[in-house]
Amino acid sequence: MFRKLHEPVAEAVTIHIEGVPVAAETGESVAAVLLREPVLWSRTTPVTRSKRAPYCMIGVCFDCLARVDGVASVQTCLTPVRDGMRVERQQGRRCLTA
Amino acid sequence: MHPDIIVIGAGAVGAAIAYGLARKRLRVLVLDGDDGDYRAARANFGLVWLQGKGLNMPVYQELTRRSVDLWPDFAAELASLTATDLQYEHNGGLVFCLGEDAFEKRRLDLQRLHNELGGAEADWQMLDRVELAKLFPKIRFGADVTGASFGRRDGHANPLRLLAALHAGIVRLGGDLRRNGAVRQIVPGDEGFTIVFGEENVSAPRLVIAAGLGCQVLARQLDLDIPLRPQRGQVLVTERLAPFLPLPASGLRQTREGTVMIGATHEETGFDISTTAVAAADLSRRTVRLVPALADATLVRQWAGLRIMTPDSCPIYALSRTYPGAFVALCHSGVTLAALHAVVLAEAIASGELPTSFDAFHQRRFDVPKAA
Repeated sequence: MFRKLHEPVAEAVTIHIEGVPVAAETGESVAAVLLREPVLWSRTTPVTRSKRAPYCMIGVCFDCLARVDGVASVQTCLTPVRDGMRVERQQGRRCLTA
Repeated sequence: MHPDIIVIGAGAVGAAIAYGLARKRLRVLVLDGDDGDYRAARANFGLVWLQGKGLNMPVYQELTRRSVDLWPDFAAELASLTATDLQYEHNGGLVFCLGEDAFEKRRLDLQRLHNELGGAEADWQMLDRVELAKLFPKIRFGADVTGASFGRRDGHANPLRLLAALHAGIVRLGGDLRRNGAVRQIVPGDEGFTIVFGEENVSAPRLVIAAGLGCQVLARQLDLDIPLRPQRGQVLVTERLAPFLPLPASGLRQTREGTVMIGATHEETGFDISTTAVAAADLSRRTVRLVPALADATLVRQWAGLRIMTPDSCPIYALSRTYPGAFVALCHSGVTLAALHAVVLAEAIASGELPTSFDAFHQRRFDVPKAA
């Protein structure tokens, strides 16, 4: 688990990870918040189901994929937090919805 | 090793023939090009497909039918010999129809093919939208989907695993596979052929040219004029999705790992293997018309390959008259025809003659009188 060098005070927002409210700071990425979670992994891989967490933080490795506001396979390192955002860990292969 | 026969080309066609020759206990030397070559076998979509093939050339339908029927035993033997899972499934396949006209045209085309076959039991049927929805409860089809043709004998396999297994099978059966070289010259002699491969010379009494688009230049050295052109096909691949498409469809197939392959374009752009945004947009648009939920899927890859096209799109199998012992084999359906190449064609080549059932596929069908 990572820790911020300062506590989010100014412009704090709340996002929900698996339904649990988590404090975040405007301008940071969802992946940065996921890295501060006690449960570090944020998805399992499609074939072997091994656990993955945000890694490259620059949109290259795709290890930080998660469901954001109901949309699967979002690259959370490229997604800034927004107040009220709902984030869920992604298990295995994405399902087509609709 | 003094090979009995040399096969130039280790793509789907060359490798299947070489595997079949090795299976017949011939000492085979296979010469493969390098990664700078146009490798149709590595851009393949992976269908093992019958329905719709052979319009205007009934013998091609028969040939394809034979191969599709041989595929299960061929795949089982190759898989067990090389301990490779080819991911081969043959539970049928679909061609989706967008609009009423397309549905009717499809029905007429398949009926015509069926009539050309003469009397056999139909192994296809048209499914209307309601039947389609019943068969695939997990898919919500787009509003323009009027139905699909269902081919009972169609299927798919992982084309890269097929290629790797054929290569492994050749070696396993005592063949020799040499990679990363170019055939510079073919020299016919009294006792067969000498091939200049890279910096070395190799010789054998017999020769098979199965070098895809490279056949033209090579066969010309044996006085065989092969009319060929490249046709570009671009393919898109999505991220891995939970299984939703239990049967392969023309232009849409879900692999065992979950990716969805979307294809393919037919472009007359010469030897250009660029991918284009226009093709990505066209393929995406068509796919979303078929299955709107795929609009949310992330595309992870796009590639282009070159089909090996003859003027009538059908294969060429020829034995040189000037140089007996030299065969040419090429087609753009190397996966579907792999079983036929490994079993029937390889056995014919091993015997030194092509049976009369192959006569229609000689390239002389394209010869036209020079003077009208």
